[in-house]
Amino acid sequence: MSDMNLTLKVWRQKNNNDSGRFESYQVAANEHMSFLEMLDVLNQTLIEKKEEPVAFEHDCREGICGACSMVINGRPHGPQGGTTTCQLHMRHFKSGDTITIEPWRAKAFPVIKDLVVDRSSFDRIIQAGGYISVNTGQAQDGNAIPIEKDLALQAFDAATCIGCGACVAACPNASAMLFTSAKVSHLGLLPQGEVEHSKRVQSMVKQMDEEGFGMCSNTGACEVECPKEISITNIARMNRTYMGSVFGSDKTV
Amino acid sequence: MKLNSNIPDGPLDTKWTNYRSKMNLVAPNNKRRIDIIVVGTGLAGASAAATLGELGYNVKAFTFHDSPRRAHSIAAQGGINAAKNYQNDGDSVYRLFYDTIKGGDYRSREANVHRLAEASRNIIDQCVAQGVPFAREYGGLLANRSFGGVQVSRTFYARGQTGQQLLLGAYQALSRQISVGNVEMYNRHEMLDLVKVDGKARGIIARNLLTGKLERFAAHCVVLATGGYGNVFYLSTNAMGSNVTAAWRAVRRGALMANPCFTQIHPTCIPVSGEYQSKLTLMSESLRNDGRVWVPKKKEDVMAIREGRKTGNDIPEGDRDYYLERRYPAFGNLVPRDVASRAAKVACDEGHGVNQTGLAVFLDFADAIQRYGKSEAISKGMSNADKATITKLGTAVVEAKYGNLFEMYEKITGENPYVLPMKIYPAVHYTMGGVWVDYNLETNVPGLFCLGEANFSDHGSNRLGASALMQGLADGYFVIPYTIGQFLSKEIRTPKISNETPEFIAAEKETQERLNKLLNIKGDKSVEEFHRRLGKIMWEYCGMARNAEGLKKGRQLIRELRKEFWSDVFVPGSTDEFNPELEKAARVADFMELGEVMIVDALTREESCGGHFREEYTQDGEAMRRDDEFTFVSAWEWDENEPILHKEELIFENVELKTRSYK
Ligand SMILES: Cc1cc2nc3c(=O)[nH]c(=O)nc-3n(C[C@H](O)[C@H](O)[C@H](O)COP(=O)(O)OP(=O)(O)OC[C@H]3O[C@@H](n4cnc5c(N)ncnc54)[C@H](O)[C@@H]3O)c2cc1C
Ligand code: SF4
Ligand code: FES
Repeated sequence: MSDMNLTLKVWRQKNNNDSGRFESYQVAANEHMSFLEMLDVLNQTLIEKKEEPVAFEHDCREGICGACSMVINGRPHGPQGGTTTCQLHMRHFKSGDTITIEPWRAKAFPVIKDLVVDRSSFDRIIQAGGYISVNTGQAQDGNAIPIEKDLALQAFDAATCIGCGACVAACPNASAMLFTSAKVSHLGLLPQGEVEHSKRVQSMVKQMDEEGFGMCSNTGACEVECPKEISITNIARMNRTYMGSVFGSDKTV
Repeated sequence: MKLNSNIPDGPLDTKWTNYRSKMNLVAPNNKRRIDIIVVGTGLAGASAAATLGELGYNVKAFTFHDSPRRAHSIAAQGGINAAKNYQNDGDSVYRLFYDTIKGGDYRSREANVHRLAEASRNIIDQCVAQGVPFAREYGGLLANRSFGGVQVSRTFYARGQTGQQLLLGAYQALSRQISVGNVEMYNRHEMLDLVKVDGKARGIIARNLLTGKLERFAAHCVVLATGGYGNVFYLSTNAMGSNVTAAWRAVRRGALMANPCFTQIHPTCIPVSGEYQSKLTLMSESLRNDGRVWVPKKKEDVMAIREGRKTGNDIPEGDRDYYLERRYPAFGNLVPRDVASRAAKVACDEGHGVNQTGLAVFLDFADAIQRYGKSEAISKGMSNADKATITKLGTAVVEAKYGNLFEMYEKITGENPYVLPMKIYPAVHYTMGGVWVDYNLETNVPGLFCLGEANFSDHGSNRLGASALMQGLADGYFVIPYTIGQFLSKEIRTPKISNETPEFIAAEKETQERLNKLLNIKGDKSVEEFHRRLGKIMWEYCGMARNAEGLKKGRQLIRELRKEFWSDVFVPGSTDEFNPELEKAARVADFMELGEVMIVDALTREESCGGHFREEYTQDGEAMRRDDEFTFVSAWEWDENEPILHKEELIFENVELKTRSYK
């Protein structure tokens, strides 16, 4: 187990009114630690010195809840592809490195404190239509509609989005198209969700705009940084439906 | 206090149906005037809040998370059970009921478990309708796999992320109710106290975690769905934020804590690697379908592996001890969790552990890879494929089944499990114990309900794999929407509950004082340090194997730790701001009280059953239940000096109590 000495440049911001700044810290870590465990070590030393620990969001530490959210050396979730911050391990860094750590930066994700941002705008996009309208008890037998395995797999791939917001943080326009289109694909590809598909697309896109997310200019950065490797083809699929439903139908929302 | 389980009369298989059709109802116009607080929006809470909203009640839902989608339920991997019998392999509601009762080592209620098995079928239908992308066969129908402790294939799954997909389904149903105004959602709000008025649960005190302000919320009744308390052990597979505070605060207000010592230690987790470790990662039980568990027979091989001179692959077949297959030929690697965990402990205690700490065993996929490879080769018409081709084909099959788990393993350990056998060790995973509830899921405090992992109801002393998701969703979608009416139908004349009454004001004041106290200790030790030490005590004395002497010592140590905490903890910041350290401090304080009750419970239960293994009570090395004296639920009333035990006798009318055997 080799020990590592690292310099961290961490974004510190007391609250949303504070303008924020980088602070430098030294931390001793080892290569088996996860990135967040390394930050735990930093926080422990800060607390021992009676200083304020760095606030960051985390929960499952297994890459599935979508809570962790940091830009590490300029990249959302850090250097390893297909990996959330919590699943990133220190063996991908070396002793002597300087690591810069910042929050997601986007108008629709205001900073709460240090590395913690408010992502409730994502919830509101889902509330605008990211569901299938079925009440409890109304369902027919689960095997009543066979679904082609490949189709189910495609829907599944889109459904694996963890709502972390790295796509927004990666995008020069802070667009939420990858997140929104992933939900649209997940539901729209399945026969159960097809019925409401075009209405859903319109409502969710409208909400996305209202929240202050930017336009998509096809840079593809979102797909590169997405820890769940959600495909950008979802955006194209959503755009097709959006165009079709806004210009080709009288059912607009 | 007399505990009444309120189990309806009549034969087991029609109890629920009959009860439901005779239940008191609340008319739609009255529902609109009734307020319900749901605390917790994991699988149990989100499904409950959504369904109650659909029914027309005014629901206020709370989570300490920034979004309901982040609840710990999201991390469930392996699957959800349902007695659909789609595989035509002899499954039925009765068999699922029976397996669950037996798996729980005869310490759960027959009536509750049967209802659970009945509801299991509706859950799958409901989730499919919501768009949950369960795994499917080529014919387009739903796929199944099998889990430990059973001999049929009844587990529905969505790759290794079933919990995520089920929770997103419930979250979306909840979002729909939020969008139409039936549910008001309070994210980043942590319940810190329960408010009772005239003996009934009428509201909560919650802290707005963004502003730090305490807020008072009133309603006609309160539903807790706040998850399990495995994090009392510090290291567990639970999410970092999982905690007991909501349930514990209810206990401090008179609710009872049932069977708190029943903890599930999951056999297949990634072993601890160092002191800095913050949590443990589960490798789903589904892996035991194909992985074989073993340790080297010879100590010199063990040493060579620990020192890195050999790997598992270097040990010849004859020098391996596949101890589960040897000891339990009928179930082999698929014995229930408690049995598999203890067997791993025995192997390591005898000095066969295969990593540097000596606390790891192998989970090996080499045979599965060969087996699948051969059958793939045959189905592709390659009659004499070479070993490399077979390995390649077999690896692809294993990857398709468990790819994301293998990837997770490699990310954490840096070792490739397709080539080297995985190293695993048991870890705290789930808590069968929880708030005591009756058949209606109502606690002994009228108007206070409890669902999901937070209650004690269905798993006895050991939960079978893939049954927690089932229980959470059964409670939320199919039980509470009915049973809550039993209480609320008597409340239709009760006007809106005010949050300005003396009870609310006093509860808010007490909570504020408690938080101030935590901040004003200004000691020298971090909350994390206390939590870690608490965890060590619990694991050492109230973990996989327990004995009277150790339990007594553990209790003493916890009391001392608690004292030290309240005089030497350091919490930075203030109460009126976003302050994660303060949140943690309040939770750890509650864990310390709970820990003591767990120990007292383990001490009084002088038998071995399920996850509770008392070293004094064994027979031929296996657990020894003592049905004559201990066929009851232990429900504990909190008391600062000596918690008070209340017993609910368990009556078995349909199942004969047998020694659980998986041999
Ligand atoms: C790694 C892992 C894998 C698992 N895999 C499986 C599996 O394959 N199959 C299976 O059946 N089971 C599995 N389980 C178990 C299962 O996931 C859980 O038992 C289940 O999800 C619990 O759901 P819940 O709704 O009761 O609680 P949770 O999902 O824990 O939700 C608790 C909710 O309560 C809220 N809350 C808690 N306290 C407060 C408070 N004071 N104030 C406000 N809100 C509060 C939280 O914010 C959250 O919304 C697994 C568990 C783990 C750890
Ligand atoms: S699309 Fe990817 S990056 Fe965006 S929220 Fe979902 S998982 Fe995160
Ligand atoms: S902490 Fe859950 S995804 Fe990182």
